[in-house]
Amino acid sequence: MSVSRRSFLTHGTVLGCSLAASPLLTPVSFAAAPWDTRLVVIVLRGGMDGLDVLRPYGDPGFAGLRPTLGSGPGLGGPNGGGGVDLDGVFSLHPALAPPMPPLGRPELGFVQAVSTPYRDRRSHFDGQDILEAGTRTLGERRDGWLNRLLQQQSGVEARTAFALGQGDLQLLRGVAPVSDWSPDADLLLSPQAEDLAKLLMQEDPLFKAALSEALALSREDAQDPAMGETSGGASSEMMRSGMEIPKARRGKAHLKLAEFAARQLRGETRIASFSLNGWDTHTRQKKALGAALTRLGDSILALKQGLGVDVWDKTAIVAVTEFGRTARQNGTGGTDHGTGGAMILAGGAIRGGRVFGQWPGLAEADLYNRRDLMPTGDLRATLAWIMQGMTGVSRTVLEQQVFPGVQMAADPGYLR
Amino acid sequence: MVFDPELAEIRFGCGLAAQLAQPSDVAAMLARLQGPDVAAHTFAIPGLDTGLATAATFAKLRRAWRKSREGKQASLAKQAFRKYRRHHVQQQHLWFRQSLLRQCQTRDGFRERLVLFWADHFTAQGKRAALRPMGAPYVESAIRPHLAGRFEDLLIAAVTSPLMLHYLDQHRSIGPNSRAARRRKGRGGLNENLAREVMELHTLGVDGPYGQQDVRQLAELFTGLNFNAKKGFAFRGGQAEPGSETVLGVTYGADEGKAELGPILQVLRDLAAHPATAAHLARKLAVHFTRDDPDPGLVADLTESYIQSGGDLTRVYETLLQHPASWEPELNNIKPPQDFVASACRGLGIGTGDLADWKAKQLRRVLVAPLGLMGQRWQAAPGPDGWPEEDTAWITPQGLSARLRWAMAAPQKLRKDLPDPLRFAEQSLGQRADARVRFVAGAAETRAEAIGLILASPAFQRR
Repeated sequence: MSVSRRSFLTHGTVLGCSLAASPLLTPVSFAAAPWDTRLVVIVLRGGMDGLDVLRPYGDPGFAGLRPTLGSGPGLGGPNGGGGVDLDGVFSLHPALAPPMPPLGRPELGFVQAVSTPYRDRRSHFDGQDILEAGTRTLGERRDGWLNRLLQQQSGVEARTAFALGQGDLQLLRGVAPVSDWSPDADLLLSPQAEDLAKLLMQEDPLFKAALSEALALSREDAQDPAMGETSGGASSEMMRSGMEIPKARRGKAHLKLAEFAARQLRGETRIASFSLNGWDTHTRQKKALGAALTRLGDSILALKQGLGVDVWDKTAIVAVTEFGRTARQNGTGGTDHGTGGAMILAGGAIRGGRVFGQWPGLAEADLYNRRDLMPTGDLRATLAWIMQGMTGVSRTVLEQQVFPGVQMAADPGYLR
Repeated sequence: MVFDPELAEIRFGCGLAAQLAQPSDVAAMLARLQGPDVAAHTFAIPGLDTGLATAATFAKLRRAWRKSREGKQASLAKQAFRKYRRHHVQQQHLWFRQSLLRQCQTRDGFRERLVLFWADHFTAQGKRAALRPMGAPYVESAIRPHLAGRFEDLLIAAVTSPLMLHYLDQHRSIGPNSRAARRRKGRGGLNENLAREVMELHTLGVDGPYGQQDVRQLAELFTGLNFNAKKGFAFRGGQAEPGSETVLGVTYGADEGKAELGPILQVLRDLAAHPATAAHLARKLAVHFTRDDPDPGLVADLTESYIQSGGDLTRVYETLLQHPASWEPELNNIKPPQDFVASACRGLGIGTGDLADWKAKQLRRVLVAPLGLMGQRWQAAPGPDGWPEEDTAWITPQGLSARLRWAMAAPQKLRKDLPDPLRFAEQSLGQRADARVRFVAGAAETRAEAIGLILASPAFQRR
């Protein structure tokens, strides 16, 4: 799958050619992408509890369903509260307050009560598969919706889209070329070792493609002045002392991803995607969700800082999750797998500060299966409108190719 | 089917090792599997009972530290806790060394592969600091003793293991009408996590014939499964939902009277015996040991063998090892990082002496941490569904980069003297050391680069 999906840059070298003399050290230039806006898709794995991120404190049913989880804005009291009031109905979880300062143009937006078409089985794995496939049912398509968007564009190069981090991002899987990289995997071989590695791998397409891209990305990182001292220092040290054991990423991995994404998006890249884990809050949700939202907020701020004002202004960040969680909190201070959930939008291109979506209410009869928030919108429709506004791809293509069977209805105006 | 001893070691074992004899036939492989567990005896890892006791000490010292106020006593308590925490975290690196040495030194490589396969099938992890290192003791207690027996026994051991109950929140699940719920005035609650994963992942498979109602009923039936640090597994009737439950049309437990463990074990046995479970496990085994798109005939034969034998795993393995589709000479699957690193060490002849005086820190830096960048943090699968099987999940640019970097850097830290590259290629690849690998073994500028390239070659990375 991943072989056919990438059209790798080919770097033909002759055995024995020295790296110093190689024309490959010249920065590779890319054709400009067919559109100029930037799209970042963050997959929140585990099922984010939309009702605790956007707390519907104005709904009379809310307090009863969530006796010990977070309540409305600034109420204090036994349940904390302390959120940011958005519109008198919804209050934003306090952990997302940093990217939502009280003054200035609001750059976070929200969609409430949305879901994929996935229903009932409430499995993370199927839920994520269908979220990333962008289809109505499982098994309809083997590729992902973000890749199908790329398939509709002309002039797409390998670097037009980046799948970042160590996990597989199925939403970018497909025949359109996509680059795949983790910021700390740089590979710098001696010229001889590089040629021998290519020779060893040339007849195995999976290895050949992976090696070629690893070498290309590593070279680019090594030369990129934006990478700063650390990376350049490490590379030259590596060349001096031979290969060093790679170190696993620790701690602020999400910031590294966001910073790497921003660096690419300042250049030719138009789409970047990565995952954030830690949303499966069956127990002690207060602590776990706060930590996960802080990581998300920090990632958004890192993207904003890394992109700079001009690029940020044409950037939309969309955070999606496989499903929401039960309306009622469970017996262990958490929530179980549910259905309707929320989407988080960010970026200079977003019309922020508001909660989109049609609110179904929390009375027992209004719940899905009497247990979950009723989804009133297809999250694919939100994605489709944002993509339509960002890339100009036609509604027909979006409804038939990218998200087969989605009905986009009227444009709620997610973009500025 | 033509038995190939080299392929037996590469595809069904831990890789080729110059000093260790290869199995002569399928019967010999199965006999070793059914014989004594030599590797576990030689390279011991404590069981979960011992592990839980250390976790309890960890919790006790932390409580003492948090309760202590100021002054000398507080600083002593803090010191004692920190010292223990360091030991607690680092012991898992020592357990990693033991499991690596098992893979390096065993003559029963199929057993080690089955341990990894079933440990992945029944992924369980500690979610709290005290329990986080418990992956290896869990495998030692719940998985390893049941590899060659009946699947239902393995299922029961894994599902009722304290680490699984903790990982999938079962110990906190309380029947809505249980005594515990009444006592807590409704603060108790049901948690479906384990019930769902048992049907979706451990037995029937996601396409299996069950619905949300079965998940709910199984979750109610599971209430009462619990554990404590002193005794390990414990059934707590007070947490159990009273009355009977119906799962896949079968009623378990009595409408009246005390809730008991018996019906829970029975539903697990019934799930183990279900044809959907047979088909699910057959496909998983075939994918894991042969290729991402396995021969349908092999999957069918494994399914049949499972059903006919009543889930006798040794009979299923025999079918796997006797099947022509298992012996395609062309190598297919990619070794996951842990197996890659272990087979490299095995090829390099790493033994107890080489790692004897290694401290936990060194083990982490040279062996454990690199697995993370290769995409497989040790005993930290992304979810209860374990690690991916697809080749494309592992040989990505960064995955391959991490493998290549490790292969060039680590061997010289593991051995004082690196072997002659050409001989190493012949020993670690056998007949699969083709002209290209031989050329590279001779053409590399340094011995370390030559060894690294051989280890990174598709011929070594696939099995």
